[in-house]
Amino acid sequence: MSDEANKGLLSPLRRKLLMGMAAVPAITMLPRASFAQAPATSAVNTTGLAVTDTEVTVGILHSATGTMAISETGSIEAEKLAIEQINAMGGVLGRKIKFIQEDGASDWPTFAEKAKKLLVNDKVAAIMGCWTSASRKAVLPVMEQYNGMLYYPTFYEGLEQSKNVIYTGQEATQQILAGLNWIAKEKGAKSFFFIGSDYIWPRTSNKIARKHVENVLKGKVVGEEYYPLGNTQFNSVINKIKLTKPDVIFTDVVGGSNVAFYKQLKAAGIDLAKQPLLTISVTEDEIDGIGGENIAGAYACMKYFQSLDNPNNKTFVPAFKKLWGEKTVIGDVTQAAYLGPWLWKLTVEKAGSFDVDKIAAASPGVEFKGAPEGYVRIHENHHLWSKTRVGRAKLDGQFELIYETADLVEPDPFPKGYQ
Amino acid sequence: MTDNRFFNRSEFIGILVLAVFLVVILPLTLDVFRLNLVAKYLTYAFVALGLVICWGYGGILSLGQGVFFGLGGYCMAMFLKLEASSVENTKIQSTPGIPDFMDWNQITTLPLFWKPFSSLTFTIAAIVLVPGIFALIIGTAMFKRRVGGTYFAIITQAVAAILTILIVGQQGYTGGINGMTDLRTLKGWDIRPDHAKIVLYFFEVGLLFACIMIAQFVRHSKLGRILVAMREKEDRVRFSGYSVANFKIFAFCIAAVFAAIGGAMFALNVGFMSPSFVGIVPSIEMVIYTAVGGRLSILGAVYGTLLVNFAKTSLSETFPELWLFGLGGLFIAVVLAFPNGLAGIWGDYVQPRIDRLISSRKPKPDGWTDSSVADGAPAE
Repeated sequence: MSDEANKGLLSPLRRKLLMGMAAVPAITMLPRASFAQAPATSAVNTTGLAVTDTEVTVGILHSATGTMAISETGSIEAEKLAIEQINAMGGVLGRKIKFIQEDGASDWPTFAEKAKKLLVNDKVAAIMGCWTSASRKAVLPVMEQYNGMLYYPTFYEGLEQSKNVIYTGQEATQQILAGLNWIAKEKGAKSFFFIGSDYIWPRTSNKIARKHVENVLKGKVVGEEYYPLGNTQFNSVINKIKLTKPDVIFTDVVGGSNVAFYKQLKAAGIDLAKQPLLTISVTEDEIDGIGGENIAGAYACMKYFQSLDNPNNKTFVPAFKKLWGEKTVIGDVTQAAYLGPWLWKLTVEKAGSFDVDKIAAASPGVEFKGAPEGYVRIHENHHLWSKTRVGRAKLDGQFELIYETADLVEPDPFPKGYQ
Repeated sequence: MTDNRFFNRSEFIGILVLAVFLVVILPLTLDVFRLNLVAKYLTYAFVALGLVICWGYGGILSLGQGVFFGLGGYCMAMFLKLEASSVENTKIQSTPGIPDFMDWNQITTLPLFWKPFSSLTFTIAAIVLVPGIFALIIGTAMFKRRVGGTYFAIITQAVAAILTILIVGQQGYTGGINGMTDLRTLKGWDIRPDHAKIVLYFFEVGLLFACIMIAQFVRHSKLGRILVAMREKEDRVRFSGYSVANFKIFAFCIAAVFAAIGGAMFALNVGFMSPSFVGIVPSIEMVIYTAVGGRLSILGAVYGTLLVNFAKTSLSETFPELWLFGLGGLFIAVVLAFPNGLAGIWGDYVQPRIDRLISSRKPKPDGWTDSSVADGAPAE
């Protein structure tokens, strides 16, 4: 399985391309990087990790099978791309990255079992993985017990902070607050209707959103409804929306339920061009299933859109498509997953060591200027400083950037006044 | 020992071999990580064992054993979670001293039904009694009305679905889809380090053998014979004056209690409990373990569980993107080629050879056979 890591490098053309694009981030971080003499293994690895004079092993732990595979495949692809690019640049501290991929199979205990296997048996230096909150919650005690390092890509509910995790996605306040501010100002919105899937992330996100609407925006939440994961019947809530006529529908419905939700919304005659809808759960990946014609006009609050117009993204998108096919789309989480290997590499080089304790300590302040979303930096609380962006869904399944915060938003996993 | 009422000679040897395998060979050859995996697999063996009695002998196919596995597991997990949520461990929460997921769901006091679970004695009693009484209620409701066969299987599935939805929906009280994670200590004893895993493994193997003995006893008692008779010709047993429903309820309850013990051991060994063990899919998987092992064989259930789970782990480690197909193929192959599972293969091919070997050495064959149950007879 580890051979896969090098497969993509066989084509000289591709390698050339990768070298070219890798140079973009490299400009900013070359000072201590690639072609310098590799330091001795004994110096950079004092805790018995899988590091040799020429190689370092990391783990990739996502669901390749099961219901989550459709979402997590993008993350796997992004992480493999990043690893390939880093290797093409000379690797990390002179060592090529080799990866071991494990399948969490959309099953939370399997995630815990595989994480333990990667740490205990394979001694991986870091794990790029997990997607759902449930899988992270299952893996977290394993990471803390065996002192591993996890790079977690998904936007999530916050209320967590660990020495052993770097959260490359947004926590809830980073995703929600700026978006609500924008829509309140832009659309004069005063009344909001919340619809979510019934689990921890939507519930926490809506709790934060409700406090913000009521206390800061002085608006009103006219309805808050939850549906089980996988639910496909939204008719009753759509009727309630029609009755309450909210200024904004705010949704965090996840996964396949989205397809039914937007189709039924359209069938019920709610025109998203006139009825503002703000979602924090639909990325380009989901639109692939929903269909652009069913969701065009909706606003999404993310930190990354495939359509972002900046030099980093302009090299990232073609490189991704080159490796994984023209038809693939890149959503917010896929981009965040791409940051994982890069941030790890930068942190290892800053720490001058693969040791987990040193990486955990060196992480705050690490900056990645080559990120497709733009500049990002790791906060003391192991989350990323990043911008909040609002995009509008178009017929072709892409988002048009409507608004972005001027500055990076500080991550605040335990927001005061929102709990 | 051949006249022992618990087992005949071949069964005695079988149990001995299994004991050596689990107590000596596996701990000596596997590292702690793999041994802990075996401990996890063996928690399902409890369920499979229960299914042998309930389905193999009693002919009652339950596709909802995950319910009882889950009830047992959640009882244990509630105790462990309470212990892990001491005020000191949870001081960053808005309400310290309650489990973290309650805090995330704006619950500020410990719900009433959680309170007794701070006592280990109560918890142990609950692990056996809650699923036992629940099975008694379902069993009484179904069997007294003579609901059986496919209808019963469908109803058990419905119960599994309902309980999953309940657990997921009431996330403030149950942890929802995330389940209960980060279980740490049992009465102050840390269950996470390696030496604790080893202790837990041997404790679990001990419990498993206790359950095997109970299963053997049931099988060889008059009760077991009535179960088999009932499976083969229910009306005839009823007309002979036996209360068929009561025997069915008993078999169903004992399977439920075994499953619950497995669930509780799961929470201890894995440090984790979630609704993904309660639903329809895991329940059917548990039936598959029994089917692969051979639904008429008590020891087969243990081997079947181990084999399927080993295959699952190693296939998924080797082929992360294709392993489900391999596993599916394995099941189809076993069911098509060996309807009686591993035990069937053993009984048809291996055992006769051994017998022949023994009888060729000993000129006087003593003629013992595995007579208590008509192996290979159809279940329904």
